[in-house]
Amino acid sequence: MADTGRAGQTLENYPLYIRSVPTENELKFHYTVHTSLDVVDEKISAMGKALVDQRELYLGLLYPTEDYKVYGYVTNSKVKFVMVVDSSNTALRDNEIRSMFRKLHNSYTDIMCNPFYNPGDRIHSRAFDNMVNSMMMQVC
Amino acid sequence: GWMNKHLNLVPALVVVFYELDWDEPQWKEKQSECATRVEIVRQSLQGRNTKVAVVLIQKKTPLPPGEDVIASERAAALCNACDLSGKSLFVLPHTDHLVGYIIRLENAFYEHAQTYYYTEIRRVKSHKEFLNKTTHQLLFVRHQFKIAFFSELKQDTQNALKNYRTAYNLVHELRAHETNMLEIKTMAGFINYKICRLCFQHNTPLDAIAQFRKHIDLCKKKIGSAELAFEHAAWMSKQFQAFGDLFDEAIKLGLTAIQTQNPGFYYQQAAYYAQERKQLASMLCNHDSSVIYPNPDPLETQTGVLDFYGQRPWRQGILSFDLSDPEKEKMGILSLQLKEKNVLHSELIITLLSNAVAQFKKYKCPRMKSHLMVQMGEEYYYAKDYAKALKLLDYVMCEYRSEGWCTLLTSILTTALKCSYLMAQLKDYITYSLELLGRASTLKEDQKSRIEKNLIKVLMNESPDPEPDCDTAAVKASQKLWADRVSLAGSNVFTIEVQDFIPFVQCKAKFLAPSFHVDVPVQFDVYLRADCPHPIRFSKLCISFNNQDYNQYCVVEEAYQKSDILEQSSQGTMCLVPGKTRKFTFKFVAKTEDVGKKIEITSVDLILGSESGRCVILNWRGGGGDAASSQEALQAARSFRRRPKLPDNEVHWDSLTIQASTMIISRVPNISVQLRHEPPALTNEMYCLIVTVQSHEDTVAKDVKLTAGLKPGQDANLTQKTQVTLHGTDACDESFPALLPDIPVGDLQPGEKLEKPIYIRCGTVGARMFLVYVSYLIDTIVEGKEILCKCHRDETVTIETVFPFDVAVKFVSTKLEHLDRVFADIPFLLMTDILSASPWPLTIVTTQLQLSPSMTPVDQLESYVENVVLQTGESASECFCLRCPPVTNASGVATGCYIISWKRSSPVESVPVVSTVITLPHVIVESIPLHVNADLPSFGRVRESLPVRYHLQNKTDLVQDVEVSVEPSDAFMFSGLKQFLGTTISAE
Repeated sequence: MADTGRAGQTLENYPLYIRSVPTENELKFHYTVHTSLDVVDEKISAMGKALVDQRELYLGLLYPTEDYKVYGYVTNSKVKFVMVVDSSNTALRDNEIRSMFRKLHNSYTDIMCNPFYNPGDRIHSRAFDNMVNSMMMQVC
Repeated sequence: GWMNKHLNLVPALVVVFYELDWDEPQWKEKQSECATRVEIVRQSLQGRNTKVAVVLIQKKTPLPPGEDVIASERAAALCNACDLSGKSLFVLPHTDHLVGYIIRLENAFYEHAQTYYYTEIRRVKSHKEFLNKTTHQLLFVRHQFKIAFFSELKQDTQNALKNYRTAYNLVHELRAHETNMLEIKTMAGFINYKICRLCFQHNTPLDAIAQFRKHIDLCKKKIGSAELAFEHAAWMSKQFQAFGDLFDEAIKLGLTAIQTQNPGFYYQQAAYYAQERKQLASMLCNHDSSVIYPNPDPLETQTGVLDFYGQRPWRQGILSFDLSDPEKEKMGILSLQLKEKNVLHSELIITLLSNAVAQFKKYKCPRMKSHLMVQMGEEYYYAKDYAKALKLLDYVMCEYRSEGWCTLLTSILTTALKCSYLMAQLKDYITYSLELLGRASTLKEDQKSRIEKNLIKVLMNESPDPEPDCDTAAVKASQKLWADRVSLAGSNVFTIEVQDFIPFVQCKAKFLAPSFHVDVPVQFDVYLRADCPHPIRFSKLCISFNNQDYNQYCVVEEAYQKSDILEQSSQGTMCLVPGKTRKFTFKFVAKTEDVGKKIEITSVDLILGSESGRCVILNWRGGGGDAASSQEALQAARSFRRRPKLPDNEVHWDSLTIQASTMIISRVPNISVQLRHEPPALTNEMYCLIVTVQSHEDTVAKDVKLTAGLKPGQDANLTQKTQVTLHGTDACDESFPALLPDIPVGDLQPGEKLEKPIYIRCGTVGARMFLVYVSYLIDTIVEGKEILCKCHRDETVTIETVFPFDVAVKFVSTKLEHLDRVFADIPFLLMTDILSASPWPLTIVTTQLQLSPSMTPVDQLESYVENVVLQTGESASECFCLRCPPVTNASGVATGCYIISWKRSSPVESVPVVSTVITLPHVIVESIPLHVNADLPSFGRVRESLPVRYHLQNKTDLVQDVEVSVEPSDAFMFSGLKQFLGTTISAE
């Protein structure tokens, strides 16, 4: 059983999309995702501007807590993805996480390609929902 | 028990200090006294292995060893007497190098102490050898720990660490059972602490962290007795806290921590476990008040202390896993539970959280800090310290608001609302309600509805219903507080500034135009929109401006007549319907003093409630907008979404933009200003610009004033080279201004026309902008009010200035050959050529040649071009015959100047004549020794003789020899002298 909360965020750091399974204790995951932005910010600023093009989008494990692992991913346009998984879930290794992020990123790009989507709005997309659902199903 | 003994009670080394010199006369007595003292010390040590040493304090500097025979003899004797080895006898000479001796002594003592601990370790090790793994498992741990402990005392930290690690592993090999779980955990925790501390000391923080992680992973599940689960949580909390403390201490000693690995995380985790402990305690220790503490106290032991750490006081020294006395066990657990009840959990949690906050602040984790502060706030709330809770929550709220995390903000606001309810803090209660009803809140509709009802109650000066999930006792207390508030009259008006949060009423004010003419009423709309679930009434809407005189015109009040509000809504004017945008149109007449100024809305006040109940003034600074609206406006601007069509009287909220200021500009002038002139202007002429002003006003235009001249703000040089005057007859000089301001012209009757010529003199060529500005006063009536308006119209015109003519000057000989230099005393001609460049005909009134003293005219200098009219492109030439006496100056001689007096050929006689002075070029004058002048007839006939006479003129003072030869051309035959030699005498 894994708890997975995910959020895409813009530069202004408000959540575009956030979802967690199971839904109880959701608030706690919101807080976890929010606090993880500290580390994301720090990592982005540490990377500097020089290597914007070649830099790795996947930030890796942001910080370990007693019960959860928090991973981060930042697109070139500084949209942040955060994933929180149960630390007891050993099936998820770095590679799996990385490919999950890539999937998320692709799906997000699809949303951005939608001419009716307004960058910065909260995401209400069935395709994105389905993708996230299937990903969570896999993990759990 | 024994640790304290070895730390504080049993010494490793006892040193007896004794004042005794080697040459002491009463040596024998002293020696025996010293020996007695040593004996006393020995006896009091009671056979422990403690080392004894003697230090003799001496007044004399000792001689080098071996030289002082008495000394070595006596030393040996003393050793004998005291039963000491020679190594344990020291001398401390009380002389100059005291510090050096003391350091040496210290090292020596240290060595002795180490030896002592070494033997202790050996002793323990020898005990261990007799043990066997199956029966003496517990003792294995004990001895291993003892060895490590003595190693630490020996200051051999590496070995100590090694031994602690072994001990730690041994602890986990023990068979764990509910009865000894606490003991095992206590020991494990203790050893873990020691290991981590030593790791930090060895500057291997990663080892420390790894050990701690291992420790936690191993012990996490060892809960022990379910009835005492809170004990486990407390223990876990303690582990994390202790590690956090160790980590923090290491940092203070120079270790550097990073954002993702700092003591804050451990304090945070400790706080979590403390929270868990609190939960467990509240679950397990909810005994009735009738349950009394067992007597005799099972937690009391006979000695008052425990024999072994971590054992139950009522079950000491029992190794069996079976419960020998279930009754006793029960009493013990009960007493522990009752004790737990008295623990102030919140205080513990808050301390840990605030420790964590301090750490995260250091390591750049602002959001983590905020999160922990929220938790602290919540904990204060549970601890019923609502004031502190509110303070903390209020502090972090804005961060969540500005980052747009609505769910989190809503949860914080909900807690804050509870706090403010329980304290009956009116203003806070209202503020949080406003925001919880707003669009940033993610509360469910029924929650919002409940809050709105409460808010309405508060506005009507009644007590609101209690918030859900509040402590019943606290609710009782707060209800009383609310009742007091209700009975308390006065101080019932609250002004709430909304730009710092997101209230449920949104406001946008918008002037209909970016500028208004003063004779037109200023109009603006205020749009209001409520996000709450039920319609809400307000009692007043008023707008304040930077000029407060207008405030009185822009008020909507309940008492007002319907006609004052332009747009009606079916729900009544003073009611805001959720989701609908209400528009209020205001209109006022601007004051004439404000022409050219900006009128700004400084604030919009919406008053909820009434004076009789409670009054809440929502105050929007500027033209509305709150903490979230700028972001929303940005999103709306980016959006391509088509908005559905709405009926005409409704508007899309997102499409409204705030326009909080407008300019008041002067009334549109109803006069015409025309300029008549003949461009281009000619340099230095008095250029005539005729201004025609015609009034189209219906009433008299009073106090008409004309401002004309060079438009300000151009090149400064132009100002000096441009003069403007009203009188064209006389030429003006440099002292005239470039701009004539406010020339009074009098009043203009309706339809009257006025002409005014203005003369401009431009000293240089180029384009200039001229401004003609006509202002006047007029009475008008706006909205039934008579106002005196100042109107003005301005015209600008760009006038090009050109040279009227080009003057070319050349020097030619009397034979009209071009000269680039002239010869002294030989006459030459100066030719001037005036080429008209003006598009208008020019009249040359006269010309005048003013020669410099070095030039002399050969004949009369009179003008040949007087009253000549030149059309464009025509030119007028004249020439003057001049002569130049010889000069010594080789570079050239000034010729003089040429003055042309001219004017535009115009039927008007009054056009003044302009004199243009042209400085003639310098000419090089050359002296020549001999001047040859041929006297040729003007024509000859074929086959007839042509007499030619040559005049030779000596221009020098000297006699010159000349040889003349004549070379005829092929067209001529020659007669007369062809060659001769002669002498010319000087001319004088």
